[in-house]
Amino acid sequence: MAVSREDIFKEVQEVMVDALGVDEDEVTQQATLMGDLGAESIDFLDIVFRLEKAFEIKIPREELFPAEGLMSNPEYVNNGKLTEKGLAELKSAMPHTDFESFEDDPDINKLGDLFTVNSVVNFVELKLNEAG
Amino acid sequence: MRWIWIDKFVEFHSGQNAVALKNVTLAEEHLHDHFPDFPVMPECLIIEAMAQTAGILVGEAKSFKEKVILAKVKKAVFSDYVRPGDTLKLHAKIETITTEAASTIGKVTRGEDTIAEIDLMFSHIDQNLAGKQFPEENFVFTGMFESLLRGVTLSESK
Repeated sequence: MAVSREDIFKEVQEVMVDALGVDEDEVTQQATLMGDLGAESIDFLDIVFRLEKAFEIKIPREELFPAEGLMSNPEYVNNGKLTEKGLAELKSAMPHTDFESFEDDPDINKLGDLFTVNSVVNFVELKLNEAG
Repeated sequence: MRWIWIDKFVEFHSGQNAVALKNVTLAEEHLHDHFPDFPVMPECLIIEAMAQTAGILVGEAKSFKEKVILAKVKKAVFSDYVRPGDTLKLHAKIETITTEAASTIGKVTRGEDTIAEIDLMFSHIDQNLAGKQFPEENFVFTGMFESLLRGVTLSESK
């Protein structure tokens, strides 16, 4: 079953509204989950659970938001920034994410900005294609 | 959760759903000032009763090995006051449970009426918080809670 990108976005929008208590018009494609929509760590799990239910897919937690596992590895993080190796690793773990502006200054404090509504839509699209 | 705020379980299906009872009495001090001459149970304490019901359900699903902490109130909608003398039934159901967390949906009824809908999220804290270490003993589930459960699981297995 092919689901259009627009339908995925609409569903993701609804998930964000329910999970984060934000207004629908705040959930734009570019909105960052933490910065713009105020998501906290437990909200990420809530979002994962809701996406699984809404799209009938299985999401291993480290797939959608894999950054956590990287943080504790000194090969990947040095002086508060991702190393080249760390960045490469993160990129391959998150093919659904746009790294363009992050790459210039891979400060780990800015990792949160990578998680945009658009990256979630991309992720779901990939997952649905895999399943279909 | 050493403070027990529910009276007993009347149904318990491991890993799925449970129903607990809470009798509300004017002997409870919180009702004396909330409000003078108009005692109603504070809604946060109705949430607490659901958190204990659902929390024990979630804890039991992993044999009380995990430290289960209330992490998020996803939904709490109330449609009537709860007054002294009321008997509340707290219906909790596990929606999702994983290594790190669980989400539950719940309904509070009094007789035939639905008083509240309360959906919660619990964290298994040893699996979260970036490897932060917690005391080894399970400070969430103590013997007291297990005794609360013993009656219903024994009677159901008969």
